[in-house]
Amino acid sequence: MWKLLKIELFKIFKRPRTYIAFGAIAAVVFLIQIALKFDGKSYIDLLLSNLSGSFEFSDDFKNKLLNGYLICFVILNTLLIQMPLLVALISGDSIAGEANMGTLRLSLTKPISRMQYMIVKFAASIIYTLALLIFMAALALVGSMLIFGTNDMVVLRSEGIEQIKSFDVLWRYFAAFGFAAVALTTVSALAFLLSVFSENSIGPIIATMSIVIVFTILSEMNIPIYDETVKPYLFTSHMVAWKGFFYVQADAEGTTINGSMENFPAVMRSLGILIIYIFLFFGTAVWVFKKKDILT
Amino acid sequence: MNKIIEVTNLSKSFRDIKAVDNLSFTVEAGQVYGFLGQNGAGKSTTIRMLLTLITPTSGEIEIFGLKLSKHRKEILRQVGAIIERPDLYKYLTALENLRIFATMSGVKISEKQLMDQLEMVGLAKRAHSKVKEFSQGMKQRLGIATALVHDPALIILDEPTNGLDPQGIADIRNLILLLCRERGKTLLISSHLLSEIEMIADSMIIIDKGKKLVEGKVNELFDPAETIVELKTTDDAATYLKLEQSPLKKYMHGKRNDCLLLKLHRDEVPSVMKELVQMDVNVISLHSKHSLEDYFLSLTTGSTHVEVAKN
Repeated sequence: MWKLLKIELFKIFKRPRTYIAFGAIAAVVFLIQIALKFDGKSYIDLLLSNLSGSFEFSDDFKNKLLNGYLICFVILNTLLIQMPLLVALISGDSIAGEANMGTLRLSLTKPISRMQYMIVKFAASIIYTLALLIFMAALALVGSMLIFGTNDMVVLRSEGIEQIKSFDVLWRYFAAFGFAAVALTTVSALAFLLSVFSENSIGPIIATMSIVIVFTILSEMNIPIYDETVKPYLFTSHMVAWKGFFYVQADAEGTTINGSMENFPAVMRSLGILIIYIFLFFGTAVWVFKKKDILT
Repeated sequence: MNKIIEVTNLSKSFRDIKAVDNLSFTVEAGQVYGFLGQNGAGKSTTIRMLLTLITPTSGEIEIFGLKLSKHRKEILRQVGAIIERPDLYKYLTALENLRIFATMSGVKISEKQLMDQLEMVGLAKRAHSKVKEFSQGMKQRLGIATALVHDPALIILDEPTNGLDPQGIADIRNLILLLCRERGKTLLISSHLLSEIEMIADSMIIIDKGKKLVEGKVNELFDPAETIVELKTTDDAATYLKLEQSPLKKYMHGKRNDCLLLKLHRDEVPSVMKELVQMDVNVISLHSKHSLEDYFLSLTTGSTHVEVAKN
């Protein structure tokens, strides 16, 4: 199995298209970092403008705000919405691309079971997704920490602002990246499932993105009837739960409690639902593929 | 003789279309077995069932004496195949492609063995070239190398000469004969080109519309000395009438396109030529066609000759 996985990874990382995603992430991260390096104050003013009616912020406070942790948060907010497309580029191509190239039929005449084949293909897609996420984490978190330094992190919420102590931030990022890995694996599993039905890569990639976009719109819509009936069942509603790691509890005096999370069970529930989706998508993909006649 | 492949009452339907219909045949060890039929006859569907790419609707396949449905992995370890086109990873080199399929075949092969394999198909000098730079013939040869890389006992080649130039076809033919005669491999080769199968196959089956028409040893299925002559004259209708009233009537075999067909022994061709000249027939051309081709056409197109002859 390990040898087959090595082959899959070799094939993925030998393709020029694989690096489009890495290039796109690097470009977005650098553009945000450069913009905030030279015009960060304006951005902070804009962020605080909704709160300035009731709060007065000193320049010193504003300067402290603009640190690597906040920049990384901004980047994550932007990129985690776009990354499903980059993940779908590879996962959607996984089976459909082989069918399109004609290599699927040759591969399946080899003494490996279809179950093994699917496990290896999906594992390779997950590894690619993780590589993409680690790459983004390195650029967004480590890069921003080096460029902007570290300080207490301020999270802006509709009710006001929360300040997280500098020493209490890093573990939240690790947890958030871990959660994001599961969320993106869900998208990867969906693209993988759609890939089984198609004989060209474009179809599954477009279908995955269409589903993610429609579900995201439904998740974001403030229509009461959807809140109970639709939203809890959409995987996109749970993909943004990584932000929960940055929402902290406060004591009676309004001071944030170090190491706390506002709603840990809700984050775990979202994680569980995403994992169920992964198994559902992958299980269906295997079931369909095992029965499929290879006619390409 | 050991039976390498034994297919019994094999059928496959796609919704209401029966692609393979109750097909049975046997391939013996050390043979080149020709699998013949026109396009759409069911050859590729049958081969895909032999390679577990398609699940049969009914019937049984045994390879190396084992049931394919139960011993898939053990069987496929000893099988090498090309199905239709030799599609490979175009963005990888020849050597990388070969290494990938060798690994997938479950065997450990050294770099030297891989290079030897490329040498055998004449691609050693292009080992590090990407497949997208290859011609169709080179891809076909690399495809054969991937099918042979794990030294299988049974080799299944579906239309192996498709898209090749005459030299490429000759190279593949020689390779097939080498594999069978010198290395003792069993080969099942599908084709719609009878001339190719005739030159290399020991036994063959002809199928049409998914059904077996005939199966047997090539040299028993037709008389190699018998031939079909295509006769083209300045006035076919007049020639037809002249022939009907002459001793050559016994050779008349119908019409195909704008030619009259005569079926006769090869030795009789010169005397028939003389006779035609004496009958004052203006011959434009006279081609001797192989009898196997005619045999094939007569089986797969049924009454074509008779119907045309009536015109």
